[in-house]
Amino acid sequence: MLKFLTILKVGLKAIARNKLRSALTALGIIIGVACVIAMIGVGQGSQAAIQAQISALGTNFLMIFPGVATQSGARIFTGQSTITEDDVAAVGTECPAVAYVTPVSRSAAQVVAGNLNWGTSIQGVGVEWPFVRSWNVDKGAMFGDSEVRAAAKVCLLGSTVADALFEGQDPVGQTVRIKNFPFRVIGVLETKGGNTMGQDQDDVVIAPYTTVMRLLKGTTKIDMFMASAVSQNAVPEAQKQIEALLRQRHRLQPGQDSDFMIRSQQEIAQTADETSRTLSVLLASAASISLLVGGIGIMNIMLVSVTERTREIGIRMAIGAKGRDILTQFLIEALALSIAGGAIGIALGVGASRFLAWKAHWPIMLSPEAVGLAFGFSAAIGIFFGFYPARKASLLDPIEALRYE
Amino acid sequence: MDVIRIENLVRVYQMGEVEVRALDGVSLSIAPGEFVAVMGPSGSGKSTFMNIVGCLDRPTSGKYYLDGVDVSELDRDDRAEIRNGKIGFVFQSFNLLARTSALDNVELPLIYSSSGLRADERRARAMRCLEIVGLANRHDHQPSQLSGGQQQRVAIARALINDPKLILADEPTGNLDTKTSEEVMGVFQKLNDEGKTVVLITHEADIAEHARRVVGFRDGRLVEDTPVAHRRLVAARA
Repeated sequence: MLKFLTILKVGLKAIARNKLRSALTALGIIIGVACVIAMIGVGQGSQAAIQAQISALGTNFLMIFPGVATQSGARIFTGQSTITEDDVAAVGTECPAVAYVTPVSRSAAQVVAGNLNWGTSIQGVGVEWPFVRSWNVDKGAMFGDSEVRAAAKVCLLGSTVADALFEGQDPVGQTVRIKNFPFRVIGVLETKGGNTMGQDQDDVVIAPYTTVMRLLKGTTKIDMFMASAVSQNAVPEAQKQIEALLRQRHRLQPGQDSDFMIRSQQEIAQTADETSRTLSVLLASAASISLLVGGIGIMNIMLVSVTERTREIGIRMAIGAKGRDILTQFLIEALALSIAGGAIGIALGVGASRFLAWKAHWPIMLSPEAVGLAFGFSAAIGIFFGFYPARKASLLDPIEALRYE
Repeated sequence: MDVIRIENLVRVYQMGEVEVRALDGVSLSIAPGEFVAVMGPSGSGKSTFMNIVGCLDRPTSGKYYLDGVDVSELDRDDRAEIRNGKIGFVFQSFNLLARTSALDNVELPLIYSSSGLRADERRARAMRCLEIVGLANRHDHQPSQLSGGQQQRVAIARALINDPKLILADEPTGNLDTKTSEEVMGVFQKLNDEGKTVVLITHEADIAEHARRVVGFRDGRLVEDTPVAHRRLVAARA
């Protein structure tokens, strides 16, 4: 142990003697580790952000779109609405795995309040909408069945719209004009934040779907509907039940394409998750290559160092250093370079991540495991690439080495 | 017991097809306290002899007992241990570590020994060895800041650090001028006076005359083994 400590000191002294060269050698590892850390930070951060948004959205939530038709073999969305209000009601009552349903009729309009106006999307929905979306009303109350039946001109504002039109005043009880119709504001939705695609979900106005459909769009057809399964695990079952019921109601033969599509939030979540994971892997592997190059740099310098110090090795051997003493000394040098490089690289990588988070508002997350992994990896590279030169040094013949000029 | 007992030592080098018998049946004994100069022209086998005596190399056949122990069959690591503990080397080109202080250079063999000395004990011992060669005041100098003679004295101090049975000096004055050569030979004579066994490899007759006994090599054989009749003594020994 004492001997090991002494050899450790010898190795560190050798590094200190060649400061510039040691720094340049370690630089390869520093850049590699910093890249890996920053890239893992970006990857994990975006993954975590996506997960958070998805769970905020509710993972047991399904969207059913009308109209997929086959034209010359190409499956396209025709926009012809094939789903009726009765279909929605039937799904709500007849599918046991479905907890809540809401028809959706979408429009976009300029909303005017006093001398302020705001362009936003108008979502016409049913009374169960807050449960489907797990989205609560912050102030005021949701409309009821009677307002839906009567196509009442009432609405709830998303928090972005409320801020834009009322600038901090309470909008409940106020009147806004949508396409020149006066709507009474009966509530404000709680703030939801951005969605998976980065859109502001609070930039929305909610009204009875009947009102949006008939009054604002002049149609009798809904655009789509949303449903929520009784639990997250029941999502596939709910999907199957809805599909079977709608096919039956639309009198589709087996083998015939459905005239609707069902999208679950889970699928969307999975796609988004896979995309960000692929991105993380890609970033991390690009960074790993630079770490590898750094390792080769260490091997290169250690080989040069062994040749350059052949005489020193000969002297050490002549006065009693064993092969493993020389091996240890050179391994320690390689390891110290890569560990120091790793430590500085981690500091730089964490700094770069913080900088990105602060400057570019990227969601950055760094797990201790990732940091530990990068550090362990750099140490492993030191041992791996340091071993060959160290072994070469330890096998030198002292007589030859002493003669080396 | 003899410090060195060599029986019928043979060392053959295989140079491609040709066998070169660098040592061809050498027998020799050196008792404790002797000061032996090994002489011979280049190619006579004296370097091969010195490599084997210094446990840097192994004989092809024959026996070599160092301090009563048969070292002719030892492997690399065991020979390293023998070199470390029983032999003190002094080389022609000093072979000090560059950019390393005299004290650190002297201390170097202790790093590889199994003595288990603490750092401060090692320092103290290295300092005593520097005192013996009269360079204690230069302990923090690096080799480049010392003259050739001083560098060689640091090397001698390094050879002394493990209190070896044998000091093996290979052309120690080869890189030095006459005056410094005398100085360095004085150090060896002083060490010998104090009881150290010294083996000196040289091809200069006047350097060999500092020893007490001269053995001569020619074509891998021992051709001369005589006491020095008119020994040159260095008056002012360091």
